[in-house]
Amino acid sequence: MPVISTHPDSVPVVSWRFGKGAVSIDKYIELEGYQAARKCLELGPDGIIGEMKASNLRGRGGAGFPTGMKWSFVPKQSAKPKYVLVNGDESEPGTCKDRLIFEHDPHSVIEGTLIAGLSVQARMGFIYLRGEYRYLLRIMERAVDEAYAKGFLGKNIFGSGIDFDIVTQTGAGAYEVGEESALMESLEGKRGIPRIRPPFPAVVGLYGGPTIINNAETIATVPHIFRIGAAEYAKIGTERNGGTRLFCLSGHLERPGVYELPMGYNLKKMIYEVGGGIPGGKKLKAVVPGGSSTPVLLPEEIDIGMDFDQVGKAGSMLGSGGVVVLDEDVCMVEFALRTMKFYRHESCGWCIPCREGTDWLEKSLTRLHAGGAVDKDIDNIRYLAENMLGRTFCPLGDAAAMPTIAFVKKFRKEFEDHLEGRGCPKHRVPEAALV
Amino acid sequence: MSTATTIFSPELAARFDKLVTLYPVKRSALVPMLLYAQDEVGYLSDAVVAEVAERIGITELDVRNVISYYSLLRTKPAGKYHVQVCTNICCMLRGGNEILEHCKKSLGVANKGVTADGVFSLEEVECIGACSWAPAAQVNYDFHENLTPESMDKVLAEYRAKAGGGK
Repeated sequence: MPVISTHPDSVPVVSWRFGKGAVSIDKYIELEGYQAARKCLELGPDGIIGEMKASNLRGRGGAGFPTGMKWSFVPKQSAKPKYVLVNGDESEPGTCKDRLIFEHDPHSVIEGTLIAGLSVQARMGFIYLRGEYRYLLRIMERAVDEAYAKGFLGKNIFGSGIDFDIVTQTGAGAYEVGEESALMESLEGKRGIPRIRPPFPAVVGLYGGPTIINNAETIATVPHIFRIGAAEYAKIGTERNGGTRLFCLSGHLERPGVYELPMGYNLKKMIYEVGGGIPGGKKLKAVVPGGSSTPVLLPEEIDIGMDFDQVGKAGSMLGSGGVVVLDEDVCMVEFALRTMKFYRHESCGWCIPCREGTDWLEKSLTRLHAGGAVDKDIDNIRYLAENMLGRTFCPLGDAAAMPTIAFVKKFRKEFEDHLEGRGCPKHRVPEAALV
Repeated sequence: MSTATTIFSPELAARFDKLVTLYPVKRSALVPMLLYAQDEVGYLSDAVVAEVAERIGITELDVRNVISYYSLLRTKPAGKYHVQVCTNICCMLRGGNEILEHCKKSLGVANKGVTADGVFSLEEVECIGACSWAPAAQVNYDFHENLTPESMDKVLAEYRAKAGGGK
C-alpha cells in the first residue's frame, strides 16, 4: 500500500496522522480527532467561516479558489436542503494524493465534511470517490459506520440537537466527473455532463439545493486548521496561499512520491532535493507542474515558489499538485499526443469544441509523430487548441487545449523535426499511424 | 422488490433495498448499484439492466444511457481477472507501454481481449491514480505498482494460480 514520502523539509499537517493507525476511530480520537468538530459546534456558521477565511486555504482540486469565501456564498436561508459534496474523484493524470488521505486518515475527511456542513447548516454530506478506488470505499464506509456508532454522525450529533448524515459512494470511471457540475449529475444517477453556470452550486447545486463542493484534500485540511489554529496554518504558506500541500512527484525522478510541503516551496528544490533529481545523470527537459492540464515549464522557468499565484505568474498553474518531471530523452510530440489521447478519451461529448477539438488534435498529433505531417499542421494544432479555449461548459476543453498550446510554443523546433516524412527522431512509430 | 423475483443474491438484493433509501432521490443509487451488480454477475447483462431499471423506477434506456458513459461499466463479460494497465503520461515515462506489451505477450491477447479460458482479460486504461508509484496496473480492484516486466509476470502468475493453474 502506498505511503507518504518524507523529506527534512516536509511539514506534516494533513499527513500528521498518516501511519499512526488513525484509520480506527479510537486512535483518531486519541490524536485530537473530532475536537475540531466540537469546537465548530460552539463557533457556529459565522465563526467557522471566519476562521476558514483567516486560514487562507485555497481549493486543492486545482482552481485554488479560497475555501472560506466559497462557503460564504451559500445563502443562509434556503427553501431546499443544503448539501456538502466531497470530490474524491481524483483523476487528473499526475495526481495521487487524495488516495493517501482516504487510506490513512479517513476520519479527517468525515470530520471536514461535518464542519463544512455546520458552516452552512447543511444536514447531509456525500463523499464521492473515483471508481478505481474501491478498496478506499471500504475504508471510508467502515469509518462512517464508526462515526455513526459514536454519535458523531446521525441524529443529535455530539448531543447538540443537530442531525448530520454522510453517504459514501464511488463513481465508475470518468475523468469528467471530477468537474463539479458533472459530479453532481453523476451523483444524481445520470451521465456526467456539465451544467452551465451561473447558477453556481453554492446557490443551485445537488438536487437543486445550495451545495458546497470541495476537493478531498481541502476537506481533510479543515479539521487540521481548527486543530492548529487558522493563523498558525496561514503562516506555514505564502501570502494568500495558506498551509501545506500534498505534492505528487512523478516521472523521471530518483525518489518519486507524495510529499507534504509548505505552499510556495521552490519547484527546482522540489525536483532536485526532495525528488532526488533525474536518474542516470540525465538533464531535465520539462516539468508539468500541476497535473496534465497545466502548461509545461522549461528548466529555466522552474526557479519559482509552488503556490497558486507564483506558478500563475510563470504562465502555468499549480493545479492539482501533480508535478511530472521529464528527462532529456522524452519526445515532446509523443508526450503531447499521449496527453491528448487522454482528453479525447475523457471528453464527454457535450460541447462540440471539446468533442471535435480533442479528436482532431489527437489525429493531427498522431500524424505528426509518425512523420506524416506538413508544415501547416503545426500551426493548425495551435489554431485548433486556441479555438477550444473558453468555449465549453466545463474546463475540460481548456484542460486539453492549454498544455497543447504550451507544447507547440515551447518545443516548436521538436515539432518541426518530425516533418517531411522524418518521423520521430527518438522512437520508431508503427506505419499504421501514418494513415 | 420481492426477493423471489430478483436475479441477485439475497445479500446484494438486501443491499440494494437499503441503497435506494440513502439518497434524497432513488436514482442516485444507480451508479453504485450497477457497479455492485457487475461485481456479482460479471457484467451488466440484459437481466441486470432490467432489474436495476425496475428497482430505481426508470426505463432500461435510461440505465443503458448511463452505462455507456462510464468506462468501468461493461455490457460484455470480462475475464475472471481483468488486467488494466495504465499508459497515461506518468506511467508512460516509467515504462507503462512496455508493461502493456509484455502483458499482451504473456497472456496472448490484444488490448480488450479475453484469454480463451476466460481467466484473464486485458485493457489499456487511462490514469488510475498511482502516478508517484508508476508504472502501475489494476487487476480487478487491486493495485499493483512500481512494476517491471518481471514483477508483472509474478502478479499474473499469482492470479493464474488462484484461478486453478490454467493458463
